[in-house]
Amino acid sequence: MIASLAAFAGVALVTPFLARWLGRRVFPLIALMPAAAFVLLLTWLPGVLAGNPVVEVVPWIPQLGVAISFRIDALALLLALIVTGIGALVLLYCTQYFGDDEPGLGRFAALLLAFAGVMLGLVTADDVFLLFTFWEATSVLSYLLIGHYTERKESRGAALQALTVTTFGGLTMLVGLVVLVVAGGTTSLSELVAEPVGGTAGAVGIGLVLVGAISKSALVPFHFWLPAAMAAPTPVSAYLHAAAMVKAGVYLVARLAPGYADVSVWHPLVVVIGGVTMIVGGWRALRQTDLKLLLAYGTVSQLGFLVLVTGFGTRDAALAGVALLLAHALFKATLFLVVGIVDHATGTRDVRRLSAVGRRMPVIATIAFIAAASMAGVPPLIGFVAKEAVFTAFLDATAAGEAWAWAALVAAILGSVLTVAYTARFLWGAFFTKPGAGPTTLQPTGTLIGIAPGTLAVASLAFAFALPLVEPLLAASADELPGSREYHLALWHGLEPALALSALVFGLGALLVWRRAPVARLQAAMPHTIDSGRGYLAIVGALDRLAAGLTTFIQARGVPGYVAVIATVFITGLGVAALRNSTWPDTVRPWDLPAQPIVAALIATAAIAAAIVRQRMTAVLLAGTTGYGLVLLFGMSGAPDLALTQALVETLTVVVFVLVVRRLPRQVAVRRQAVRAPFRIAIGVLSGAVMAVIGLVALGARVQPTIAEGLPALAVEAHGRNIVNVMLVDIRAWDTLGEISVLVAVATGVASLIFITGRTGVAPRLDAPSTRRERFLPLPEQADTMRGARASLADTEHEADAAGEAAATRQTWLLAGRTISPRNRSILVEVLVRLLFHPAIVVSVFLLFVGHNAPGGGFAGGLVAGLALVARYLAGGRYELGEAAPVDAGRLLGIGLLLAAGTATLPLFLGRTVFQSSWLEADVPVLGTISIGTSTLFDIGVYLVVVGLVLDILRSLGAEIDRQREDADEHGLPDAIAPADDALHPDTPHDERRAVASSGTAPADGEARA
Amino acid sequence: MSASLTLVVVMSVLFGAGIATMMERSLTRVLIGFLLVGNGVNLLIYLMSGTPGLAPILGEDVDGSEISDPLPQAFILTAIVINLGITAFLLALLYRSWWLAQLGARGDLVDDAAEHVEDAEETADLIRSSAADDRAVQELIDASDEEPDAGGDAEPEASEASEASARRGGRRRP
Repeated sequence: MIASLAAFAGVALVTPFLARWLGRRVFPLIALMPAAAFVLLLTWLPGVLAGNPVVEVVPWIPQLGVAISFRIDALALLLALIVTGIGALVLLYCTQYFGDDEPGLGRFAALLLAFAGVMLGLVTADDVFLLFTFWEATSVLSYLLIGHYTERKESRGAALQALTVTTFGGLTMLVGLVVLVVAGGTTSLSELVAEPVGGTAGAVGIGLVLVGAISKSALVPFHFWLPAAMAAPTPVSAYLHAAAMVKAGVYLVARLAPGYADVSVWHPLVVVIGGVTMIVGGWRALRQTDLKLLLAYGTVSQLGFLVLVTGFGTRDAALAGVALLLAHALFKATLFLVVGIVDHATGTRDVRRLSAVGRRMPVIATIAFIAAASMAGVPPLIGFVAKEAVFTAFLDATAAGEAWAWAALVAAILGSVLTVAYTARFLWGAFFTKPGAGPTTLQPTGTLIGIAPGTLAVASLAFAFALPLVEPLLAASADELPGSREYHLALWHGLEPALALSALVFGLGALLVWRRAPVARLQAAMPHTIDSGRGYLAIVGALDRLAAGLTTFIQARGVPGYVAVIATVFITGLGVAALRNSTWPDTVRPWDLPAQPIVAALIATAAIAAAIVRQRMTAVLLAGTTGYGLVLLFGMSGAPDLALTQALVETLTVVVFVLVVRRLPRQVAVRRQAVRAPFRIAIGVLSGAVMAVIGLVALGARVQPTIAEGLPALAVEAHGRNIVNVMLVDIRAWDTLGEISVLVAVATGVASLIFITGRTGVAPRLDAPSTRRERFLPLPEQADTMRGARASLADTEHEADAAGEAAATRQTWLLAGRTISPRNRSILVEVLVRLLFHPAIVVSVFLLFVGHNAPGGGFAGGLVAGLALVARYLAGGRYELGEAAPVDAGRLLGIGLLLAAGTATLPLFLGRTVFQSSWLEADVPVLGTISIGTSTLFDIGVYLVVVGLVLDILRSLGAEIDRQREDADEHGLPDAIAPADDALHPDTPHDERRAVASSGTAPADGEARA
Repeated sequence: MSASLTLVVVMSVLFGAGIATMMERSLTRVLIGFLLVGNGVNLLIYLMSGTPGLAPILGEDVDGSEISDPLPQAFILTAIVINLGITAFLLALLYRSWWLAQLGARGDLVDDAAEHVEDAEETADLIRSSAADDRAVQELIDASDEEPDAGGDAEPEASEASEASARRGGRRRP
């Protein structure tokens, strides 16, 4: 079975490619697939009839007892034969139905084949969750097949209706299955039926499963999706109505009836819904003018009938049910295929336009007559045999005093009367000559197209006469139910009450046909009380409106709205969960150290103030204050590394913030906020409270001792005494590698966002390279060029001259000091930076190397070096940055990452595992004993990445923003975007320059540098 | 495990203030909220080390059992640096959006209420449009109902759609 299904999947996958090559001739080829499966199934028939089901089991999720298990007993085999047999014929029919130019032909062929395969899996699966998987797969595939004509509204709508309804039912069924499986302790369908789950769990579970079956089989109140699904191509309708999809629900009812027919909810659901569906479907079929819709409502009616009979719960009813199932599959497929042929020949399916068709298409008409007669229950056809069996079974049940038997019998009779009437309407509508209407124009159709319906019609007839051949299979599936096995299917049982009932049905049916006009008026006068299609539309419409309203409500508030929603969900969800938790910490200390509350008060005040103040810079500084508060907290209580790193990062953060914010208007523009202040405050306060609870609960939830106790030994093993650093570069080096990768990505992102044209290269350098010594001296011959370059920096022509004069003649402390307007220069800062830069770099390297044993390490070292660069940039401007770090930031990042990744992979080449460390110990003066190991190399990588990150930030948010602004000023276009500084890169094309609308403020340069 | 109430309170204040600030329109304010929340998260992780002890740096006079839990510290250390990176990234985003969107004096209020309402309406229209498909199905089904008053004799208007769809679906032969 698994092999067959895999073959279905494989063939379906290649079908689109075959179709491109073969066109519609792909259909007979792929029809071989279900045909082969049909033959294979037939070979299993003797064994199955002997009572040995074919079983295949492959473990899937053994922990849950879920398996890929198939079990083919008589019922499964019957369904599987119907699915594959009709599947093959429908595919064959497609050859004539479609043209080579049909859009999406390959897709359609593949989907139809896959549909057959999935259906085959559904009826043979034994594991309920496997069954559910196939169940949902049929929903999805039917969605795609019904929606084949993607450009048509009705096609899309019908597909979505089918999917919505059947998925709703499927999910309900899943809940029921889970209930049954948990209560029954097995996922095997056969075991669940053999040992039924009792009690409330059984009733609830089976009720929910029945909802799934009812929705799948298009029973009231879910029946509306099936008529809508006639928007599909006719072969799909034929297959969907006769053999696949809707039969899944009937199959499930038949499968479960032996175990669950006694459950309290079973009969009300099955008999009432089945009976009502049968009558409603027949009633509406009688009114249709579209032949396909007529048949669709007929199917609804028949499905109600099938569920009513197969689910009734006696052996005879079950036998009648499977006979009816077979009969229905044969005649309904035939009729749909015939409608397809008529549609092709005449171009219409409207009974009011079709006239005198039967006379000119005698073969097709004969085929249709045989099938229709079977549908109406006319002897000598399989449909008659089945209906006789139904009447007998129900009559016997009423005689036996079974509850619900009378209701079932009356429903069956009424439904059958309607069936006779709509069958007559179908034949009259499709083939008869209408008074007053001329013969419909016919286009010739090939004779081959009649093969599939012809075969099926012959089967309807032949099976009635070959009952001894067919009955064993049908009886074997019915015999699981209690009751005597005396009744046999037969064309002639003698003059029995059932025969009288059949005669009554024909009589009443004929009356309905004869008095057609009053019936039609009555139908038109009936209100749409039980039209659940309209109900569905109302529900879906309401849902759509709700969704649209919700979308407008949330989306209209933008990002703040989203944050508010997320925070609210967080508060309600996690808040409730945290409060329901009972693991509070054993003890709560007011504080660890007496100084803690003081620092805490500082942090809290700064945080609240940062949330309140409207000025950007103030808020940034206040946010920084909270960070510095953390530095104190970390420093006070045994986390020197954190204190060091946090202090450095906080400084950098403030600087970076200032670099960007200096360009923006000083005041935060106050407009109507998307989320009003009271809400913001409430959500903020509640979020904070929830976090406090979560923090406490998390502390209380911890029962295992910390793994920290083992870490000192590990650190010693790794030649380090600073455990935190050892963890970063050795024990948890993987983690750190990931982290620095993030940093590289972030640095690249920052640069890419700011640079318009390529980000490679170093920060701009002075364009007059000379010896070191010379560059610190005034250069009279350069004064002119310097003046030109600086013109942009000064406000007026006069000032520029003066600045140029001063800069050119004064000795500078920094390399690029002369490029800055004197207004913005501070000799004190320049001196300080000049004095401190090199020591700072030395300190950073020192921190890097001692980090393994003392506070420090690659992160701290890199940040110190980065701060030194920041100082150079702030004091000397962008040219100074270029001179201080004449390297490409990208290259630094790359080398750093390469080093770190290298220490990870290198051990692999030496036959060790990833990140396995090795060391070289040596006594070094000043630094003491240091052991250089692979982890040190890793730390150097971290150092380089951090320096690269800071450099990239400065280059982008500092130097490049400066340049863009200067450019804008120089060209008299506020905020103009120019590709590069002409003085430095004269070859840059000008056409990339883009003028943009003016903006207001441009804060002074000094603000950032002061 | 035991907790220092002071730290829990500070952590929750940082979170509360941060989240409240993140709900403002200005992107700078959002970023400030992000910084506050970032610090709050670090503090939350730090809380998990329980009672603080000596710095986790081994020496002659340091006993392994007296030190603070180094694991949260390692987490926080990388988190601090990543915070810096993300802050820089957000700033770059902020600057670019301001600069490229030519917001000028409007500052960093890229998020325009009117635009959002328009977007939301568009989405809502899209959602509602699926109702049109359903209506088309219903019309098709209703069209097939026989109306005795109109009679079967008159040329049925309703069948036009059905016929058209049949023609398109069917295979035409020359």
